[in-house]
Amino acid sequence: MYLHEAHAKDLLARYDIPLPEGQIARSPEEAADYATALGGPVAVKALIHAGGRGLAGGVHIAQTPREARDHAAAMIGTSLVTAQTRSKGEIVHEVYIERALDFSRSLYLSLIIDQRRAVPILLAAAEGGTYLEEYAAAAPAMIQKYPLAADGSHNPAALATFLDMLGVPESHSEAVLTIIESLIRAFIDSDATLIEVNPLALLKDGTATAIDAKIILDDNALFRHPDLAAYGDTARADAVETLAQQNEINFVRMDGEIGLVVNGAGLGLATHDMVIEAGGRPANFMDIRTMATAQQIATGIGLLLDDPGVRVLLVNVHGGGMTTCDRISDALVLAMKGRKNPAPVIFRVAGQNAAEARAAVEALSARCMIPGDMTEAVRLAVTEVAQCPS
Amino acid sequence: MPILIAPDARIIVQGMTGKAGTFYTRLAMEYGYGDTGGYVAGVTPDKGGSTHLGLPMFDTVREAVAETTPTASIIMVPAPVAADAMLEAIEAAIPTVVCVTERIPVLDMVRVRDALRGSETALVGPNSQGILIPGARKIGVMSTADAAPGDIGIAARSASLTSEVVARLGAAGLGQSTTVGIGGDPIHGIGFAQCLALYRDDPHTSAVVLIGELGGVEEEEAADFLAAEPYGKPVVALLVGRHAPEDRRMGHAGTVSVLGSGSIAQKTALLESTGVRIAATPDDVVRALG
Repeated sequence: MYLHEAHAKDLLARYDIPLPEGQIARSPEEAADYATALGGPVAVKALIHAGGRGLAGGVHIAQTPREARDHAAAMIGTSLVTAQTRSKGEIVHEVYIERALDFSRSLYLSLIIDQRRAVPILLAAAEGGTYLEEYAAAAPAMIQKYPLAADGSHNPAALATFLDMLGVPESHSEAVLTIIESLIRAFIDSDATLIEVNPLALLKDGTATAIDAKIILDDNALFRHPDLAAYGDTARADAVETLAQQNEINFVRMDGEIGLVVNGAGLGLATHDMVIEAGGRPANFMDIRTMATAQQIATGIGLLLDDPGVRVLLVNVHGGGMTTCDRISDALVLAMKGRKNPAPVIFRVAGQNAAEARAAVEALSARCMIPGDMTEAVRLAVTEVAQCPS
Repeated sequence: MPILIAPDARIIVQGMTGKAGTFYTRLAMEYGYGDTGGYVAGVTPDKGGSTHLGLPMFDTVREAVAETTPTASIIMVPAPVAADAMLEAIEAAIPTVVCVTERIPVLDMVRVRDALRGSETALVGPNSQGILIPGARKIGVMSTADAAPGDIGIAARSASLTSEVVARLGAAGLGQSTTVGIGGDPIHGIGFAQCLALYRDDPHTSAVVLIGELGGVEEEEAADFLAAEPYGKPVVALLVGRHAPEDRRMGHAGTVSVLGSGSIAQKTALLESTGVRIAATPDDVVRALG
């Protein structure tokens, strides 16, 4: 679960990590009021669930409350597209109004899980800021790595040496060390998979402050963090994807015409690749989980049949375990019930109870094609879309 | 010969009495040779002393080990308690532990990997379909309809694609020595590199199929392993996710550039440079085996 900046900072504040004073504004008027209350220049930042805002026009410095109001008015209600959002961007509903601090030096700090070592790892760069990601892509060595023990523990003296080698000025080493200790505690306590502070401003008085923060929490661990789960924004989640999730189906909505009904993430990716390479466009990615019942799968298929953009349904299932092929045909029959002119169906199944499933689908009154293999199934789906332009 | 387990493996089930546990244990008992398919006991706290599916139940792994001397365990417990189940099996020094459970918190797996350091246990999974020795032992939840004994070794990140590949191998008259699901989670037990080492040393495996996908470091580690010395057996890699939507990318480009992007293009280039033959779709695997 991605926490937007205000939520991420709320979490970091619990660990006494120094932050600029700030507040969420839901309207241009609130933005102006908060800027007035803070006095002096403020940052006006779009609150979205993605990074890359600085380069995409999502962060502005306002010298006056009037400027703050204007920046807020320009962003609230519009879609912000960054390198890390979907192509259509994310609608900005709120902005964060924060005291703008004067600093000349900053660091980049983040904590993630190192998959090779299977431990949390600290990443740090001696220069933080908006362009870090571009610089690091060109010169990865500017980001230095410091692996921690599995529980986040480490040798403080060795970490101090690491920061010294990195180029953290001695004047700020104590402040930075303290912040890193707090970040590690926050990371472990809250089951984060990413905590990133960029930039961490090094101020003239020897202190350091987190100017921007990004946190991703492990969705699989939210069950033990009910307080953090409250940061989730269900109102903004995709309704179709949420309904699918509630029915034991992993579902990602896309822009194409070929609705995919697939079990297993790997087979889903393979089907997706084959459709695109055959010149088709998937309407979705689907992975039916093993515990899904026929009724739940029918709900998932119904989501595709209800979508006017979906012109053909491509079923590609390898039956086994609880997901037998006849469970898929049962689901298709249920989903088709009572529908007038449903999209045509390419029904390719293999594995357990495939013959029974094919027989059940042949008996359907809807237009169904039953190809011999995956390649043929994909070709049929692409041809079907090409022959029936919308 | 299989890898990771012997054809006469003795197996316990942690979490046998749940709905999924009962369903899959029954199928696995029917599949393996012998009266109980190699299954010797179940472990569920507070069920000790009873029987389930005709097998004795124990409260703890340690008691099950003392009474039934298993060589493998399969874990089918809910995600919140899965790490503790794995730790219990590792502590009891069971040689091979398979965990099927999905959606386990990643920091729990960091803890489990820590416990594996210096232990004698090989962990397969989590979020794995398990291990299959066609015709002998099923320690998992995979489809067995098309599996047959033979000399192809499979290691896969995806259960559904393993089924697809096994079906195509079967149609071409090719059986499998072992199929192993290393699991779909970012932090897991054994990986492609360890599977490759085991298949290399197995005289009854003559070729290996890896089934990989975008993300993670498994394919990169396999390439590192294969680059170190000549492998001596053909290796085919089916890699999928070439066109996965980039706009769902999370996280940080800097992070990605430091720790590897995990793209299919990168994985393909690395594996090809070590002589691995790449299959783009399940249909290509048999052809790539030659």
